[in-house]
Amino acid sequence: MTEKTVIKQRREPLFHIVKRDDMVWWKVWGVRAIAIVASILVMVFISSLLTGKGMGKTVEIMYRGVFGRIEKGSFKMLFKYLEETAILLCLALALTPAFKMKFWNCGAEGQALMGGLGAMVCMIELEGKLPTAVLIPVIAVVSILCGAIWGVIPAIFKALFDTNETLFTLMMNYIATQIIAYYVYIKGGGSNVIQPVEAGIAPSTGNSRYYINISIVIAITFIAYIYLKYSKHGYEISVVGESRNTARYIGINVKKVIIRTMLISGAVCGIAGMILVAGKDHSIRTATVGGQGFTAIMMAWLGQCNPFITAFMTAIIVFLNLGAAKVADSCYLNSAFADIFVGVVILCVVGCEFFIRYSFKFRGSRKGDK
Amino acid sequence: MTKQPAIELKNITKRFGAQVIANNNVSLTAYHGEILSILGENGSGKTTLMNMISGIYFPDEGQIFINGQEAVIASPKDAFKFKIGMIHQHFKLVDVFSAAENVILGIDEGKYNLKKSAEEIKKISEQYGFDLDPEKKVYSMAVSEKQTVEIIKVLYRGADILILDEPTAVLTPQETAKLFDVLRKMRDDGKCIIIITHKLHEVLSLSDRVSVLRKGEYVGTVNTNETNESELTEMMVGKKVSLNIDRAEPKDPQDRLVISGVDCISRDGVALLDSVSFTARSGEILGIAGIAGSGQRELLEAIAGLQHINSGEILYNDPKSGKTENLRDKTPVQIRELGVRLSFVPEDRLGMGLVGNMDIVDNMMLRSYSKGHSMFLERKSPKDLAMKIISDLEVATPGASTPVRRLSGGNVQKVLVGREISASPTVLMVAYPVRGLDINSSYMIYNLLNEQKEKGVAIIFVGEDLDVLLELCDRIMVIGSGKVTGIVDARSVTKEEIGLLMTKSGEEEKQND
Amino acid sequence: MIIQFICRAILLGVPLLYGSVGEIVTEKSGHLNLGIPGIMYVGAISGIIGSFFYEQACGNDIAKMNAFLAVLIPFLCAIVGSVIIGLIYSFLTVTLRANQNVTGLALTTFGIGLGNFFGGSLTKIGGGSETFIALTRTSGFFSAKIPFADKLGWFGDIFLSHDFLTYLAIIIAVIVSLVLNRTRVGLNLRAVGESPATADAAGINVTRYKYFATCIGSAIAGLGGLQYVMAYANGVWTNNAFGDRGWMAIALVIFALWKPSVAIVGSFLFGALCNANNYIQGLGTATQELFKMLPYVVTIIVLVVISMRKRREFQPPAHLGLPYFREER
Repeated sequence: MTEKTVIKQRREPLFHIVKRDDMVWWKVWGVRAIAIVASILVMVFISSLLTGKGMGKTVEIMYRGVFGRIEKGSFKMLFKYLEETAILLCLALALTPAFKMKFWNCGAEGQALMGGLGAMVCMIELEGKLPTAVLIPVIAVVSILCGAIWGVIPAIFKALFDTNETLFTLMMNYIATQIIAYYVYIKGGGSNVIQPVEAGIAPSTGNSRYYINISIVIAITFIAYIYLKYSKHGYEISVVGESRNTARYIGINVKKVIIRTMLISGAVCGIAGMILVAGKDHSIRTATVGGQGFTAIMMAWLGQCNPFITAFMTAIIVFLNLGAAKVADSCYLNSAFADIFVGVVILCVVGCEFFIRYSFKFRGSRKGDK
Repeated sequence: MTKQPAIELKNITKRFGAQVIANNNVSLTAYHGEILSILGENGSGKTTLMNMISGIYFPDEGQIFINGQEAVIASPKDAFKFKIGMIHQHFKLVDVFSAAENVILGIDEGKYNLKKSAEEIKKISEQYGFDLDPEKKVYSMAVSEKQTVEIIKVLYRGADILILDEPTAVLTPQETAKLFDVLRKMRDDGKCIIIITHKLHEVLSLSDRVSVLRKGEYVGTVNTNETNESELTEMMVGKKVSLNIDRAEPKDPQDRLVISGVDCISRDGVALLDSVSFTARSGEILGIAGIAGSGQRELLEAIAGLQHINSGEILYNDPKSGKTENLRDKTPVQIRELGVRLSFVPEDRLGMGLVGNMDIVDNMMLRSYSKGHSMFLERKSPKDLAMKIISDLEVATPGASTPVRRLSGGNVQKVLVGREISASPTVLMVAYPVRGLDINSSYMIYNLLNEQKEKGVAIIFVGEDLDVLLELCDRIMVIGSGKVTGIVDARSVTKEEIGLLMTKSGEEEKQND
Repeated sequence: MIIQFICRAILLGVPLLYGSVGEIVTEKSGHLNLGIPGIMYVGAISGIIGSFFYEQACGNDIAKMNAFLAVLIPFLCAIVGSVIIGLIYSFLTVTLRANQNVTGLALTTFGIGLGNFFGGSLTKIGGGSETFIALTRTSGFFSAKIPFADKLGWFGDIFLSHDFLTYLAIIIAVIVSLVLNRTRVGLNLRAVGESPATADAAGINVTRYKYFATCIGSAIAGLGGLQYVMAYANGVWTNNAFGDRGWMAIALVIFALWKPSVAIVGSFLFGALCNANNYIQGLGTATQELFKMLPYVVTIIVLVVISMRKRREFQPPAHLGLPYFREER
């Protein structure tokens, strides 16, 4: 690589971008940490300019706004925060196997909506007809199936015809949205809301729903980690993602792996939809997933295909999202400020990857190279 | 008639890194109105030298003179300015563009007028006897047409010095003859043609003079009409160098793999393998010599179940059961299920044989991970294997959990060869196993292969260094343009004989038939 | 009623046309800009901000407003706003070689956030007392129609009754189509998207083409947001009202097979599909919702058919979505 940089001696630019050898892992995370912290500081500074409050005060508003008064024994806010994190994390984890395979599943939104729809249909149609102990597994199976079907359709076309999966999965989101709109209109009796029903995987009142929703996702996190790292399937996913040629060399059936992985990806999205509908809202509307399917794409990417890192990153981003909204609320600005805040932080992390993969070579600094 | 020098190279040296010297102190001259061949084996530095003329590389030392004036060629654009055009081996064309669009791409002078350009292209085609439809899209073209586009692209920009890098490698004999006619016309037009090749008969039939390079050094220049094939071969391959590689006599050789009449035709309709037949015997190393790209890769991949073949048989004699299996068109998994212990060290180590981003342990599992009924991976035995290979083969690595991408070339190869040997194969195929390796690693690979040979494994060794092939192998099969041009006894054959077989092409074969 | 239906379809189609033409220009350079939905929001809100302050400067008095300035200021603001986002996108994906999908999606989050934030907070920041933005005066200038159009019956209604941004959209689409197919710049741009290494070897400045294509594409897409808010929504900003039109614009790119001239027809067809439910007799509201998925279903069918047919003219640019690093040649 370096030899080509020496070519243009006479017209050499001031600096030259070259691919870096691997950075040590702590340096990699150091760069990312700097990007995250620096961008948060900048955004807190901007927030304090907007609100007219100091930076310390702004951070306090964020903290209080997200966690509430834990020290006084009030855990309601904390639970809400953890539930939000869990749902976004569930979606991000669903995308992780697909991304590891270099399959750009941009359809988490639609897959989760379809999963939620499956749950909602069961809840409405079977409420009171089946005992809870039977209803819950039925809800789970139906939502997983719905999500999986929505995920596997683009995968089949990818495997057979190499159809562009990014665009296909994106389009599937809006088809799902319209199906939900249709269903809501029918069941909502002409309005665009369905009155919450009591049935579901968790009671609609009390704290127990938080325990259930959060523990499902904690379980998925561990399962995802084990699946990706220790199972044969996970191994095949990595080989297909890294090198199709190697997969061919050792005789992996690439088409089968693509379809199977997207079945799983869609199924986990379906679970996220089930948590949203049968666990949290007990109802469904077109905005049930609310764009989290897209945020999840960024979370899965930030998590570098490691479920625990994904969980950590998701916790940070959800905190910033909720906190920034509170800051905006505190002085009657629009809460969409949170999207700006989070957008800037993610863009900074995305940009900092450059410094991990490339480095600058300045003119005249090349003598020491081999 | 005295000819004007078009381009003169004086004492050109080019290094890649500290170790590799691609060109060392090369001087040569090419004149207007002549065809100069640059002859040399793979890796002799021909392409590097030409890339310095066309502005892709910049020489570390030495000077280039164009028409008697010293020239600084720092980019392909500079090369255009000096009316130098290079036709690369790998075409640089936009597939969905028409021929005319490709020709005018990147030119910023003059009005954009495809019709007018198409007419000019037609005129150039007629002038030199090309047959090209300027409207035709590149993706629907045959290889020879694409090459025509590349040549016209260069002529359209007014090039006086044309460099062609292995232009006949992808052409049929008829197309080659046509191309040569065109090149002769250009020479008679006063253009300077430089053609890189390693096919002797082409050199002799086409060029006026030949310059020979060997291992980056300039050997000499001779007039074509004053030389012959054996003199050129000797200049190209040099004297035999003794390497002192051990070679035992094969013990009880049995026919293990019998290949007969294998044909393989590419999507473009070019014959990659043309009725290839040979037998690989147990306890013996069969060398495969040939110019790179003569069908070696396709042959090995066809045996490994990775390449579809159009006709022929690949028969495997099982040493245990004594049964014979036809491996043709079986997948690697099916081959494994038949109980055939076939190991394959491919040429592309990190892109095919190993996964660069995975650590050594995970790479050990590539072949074996699917064994057993458990859903989960069993990492214990791959880990033991990794540790064993690291210590037995002296792999220099921080540990078994280092991604193989971070290892040096020699250590990567040890990991790959170690894994393939650990499956205790009955057939072992290795492609260019010592390419890019230092001396010590190379000898370790030779020793490993010899050990396997003594265990009765049938080894197929695709190599490029003739000295190694001559000392390591028991028999050498030479292939040229997808055809077997000879199978010889490695103990008695000379380097020149192999060199001659290598440079024989399909065309001559047909004439001899 | 058919005339009304057609006019409505055109009105709904224009933002899609802007968005898809912008995205086509960007994709031709090999960059899949999923930030387009966000950029269209930014274009809309930048226009709103510009005209908001202009109306304030004129004391909210229509008599003091200059028709030319009232149109020019939001127009330029929309372009500047969306070009800034385009610059961020190209800096990240071209210079820093960041992942295009993630960068684009993050910019969409960011852009929609910007739109909604200023849309919801502008009056407060500007010191006003209203709770929402209604720039009907500026909108009036934007929707000015050709005076004699209504005298020409159905012909006038269909062809001459639109706001000037509609005609501009068609003009831009035609110009882009001509530039792509009939000029050196267009040829070079297409080469960059198909095979940057080939373009580089032919002496084309790949980085410059990518930057320009992305920024010009963003500017065009931003105008789509402006048209929506000024001509369609009568200058009234409602958060999230622009909805999923940005994604539909990306769908339209595929539907149009990366050809701006097809996008003109396609955008009106999409507009008609979005709208058809209101005009088909006996269609219940519920079925109307199902009807609205038609543009996406059609797009998927197109996507699948082109991948099955493998006709090379109809494929996406070959290097779409991949970063280019010269030393990896």
